[in-house]
Amino acid sequence: MKKVFDRFYNLIAVICCLLLIGVLLYAVSLLPSYGEENPRSVEVVERYVEHGLEETGATNIVAGMILDYRAFDTLGESHVLFTALICVIILLGKDKKNMRREYDSYYTVEAESYHLLQTDTIVRLVGYVLLPGLFLFGIYILLNGQLSPGGGFSGGAIMGAALIIFAVAFGFETVDRVFTEKLLKTVTFVALSFYSFAKGYVFFTGANGIDNHIPKGVPGAILSGGLILPLDIAVGFVVACTMFGFYSLFRRGSIGHDITFMDQQ
Amino acid sequence: MISHLWINNEETAAVILFGIGFTMLLFQKNLLKKLIGMNIMDTGTFLFLASMGYIEGRKAPIVTDGVLERTAYINPVPAGLVLTGIVVSVSVTAIMLSLTVRLYKRYHTLDLDVMYERSGHTAEDR
Repeated sequence: MKKVFDRFYNLIAVICCLLLIGVLLYAVSLLPSYGEENPRSVEVVERYVEHGLEETGATNIVAGMILDYRAFDTLGESHVLFTALICVIILLGKDKKNMRREYDSYYTVEAESYHLLQTDTIVRLVGYVLLPGLFLFGIYILLNGQLSPGGGFSGGAIMGAALIIFAVAFGFETVDRVFTEKLLKTVTFVALSFYSFAKGYVFFTGANGIDNHIPKGVPGAILSGGLILPLDIAVGFVVACTMFGFYSLFRRGSIGHDITFMDQQ
Repeated sequence: MISHLWINNEETAAVILFGIGFTMLLFQKNLLKKLIGMNIMDTGTFLFLASMGYIEGRKAPIVTDGVLERTAYINPVPAGLVLTGIVVSVSVTAIMLSLTVRLYKRYHTLDLDVMYERSGHTAEDR
């Protein structure tokens, strides 16, 4: 039975893969040539490019698009990240109930110090040099999202990476002093609910033809673009917390505090 | 058709990457290799979207000198779509990696067939 299944599985799988690649290549051969404008898709682009600056106040048209015209799309993305973080906490988070020795012992090193990162002199020195620059770079990209390439997701990812390097260079116990699980949950919750309510307000007033009294600012200045800058900051905090949360959960099964094997005592 | 595939070489490469990832999903028994295949599929999608937005000789859609003509900038819509794709890819990868960790803790293997047998089934009754 198994052999028959395996033979047919391989045959059908090969046919499926070749069919998929063939159909996709045929579709590519019907697409407009690379580097030329598709004449069927100009209407939306025209609207975004020609009216984007006066309607959103952002010189970066992509930022104006994803955080103003399509802000609910970005809200959904932030919630996808948040949901992923919650799922990873549920699956990998360790507490007294789900610490089962017979499952854990196989892949974890038994030593107490396994979950503590070994801080190394070279890594710590590099951390001293790199970390201020990394955090500043992340904040710069976060705050200039409406003016230049960047914004909430890229700035937040750089800040999350800087937090991870901070943990690697100085140990989890240093990060735990400022970055606890409660702080992560509070920051994520406040950022997401601020985003939801602010954008809900703007869409509600816009749909009913009411002026929303949010100043657009001078295009090109740092305080321009209406709600884009605060929304960028909210998204950036969510992304940074999620990145560091993933790392911390995969590394030691908790955020903000160490849990060593409790059932040993 | 073949010459048009050569003109669209970036899209062709993206589609072939997508196919390679799909093939890995079907043929690999190891869960981590399946995950790598899915990431290759994601990468193919991003390359496809980025190359669809590119228009020869135009600039990135950032207004610096007051030009507000559609013909001056590339298509900004695929950039937003790629952003969505990257976020979803990161989230799905994280969730599936943590599921893999839990499965490894339970069955002490990454091979799907061995996992199936260790979960109490025999190899014959699938």
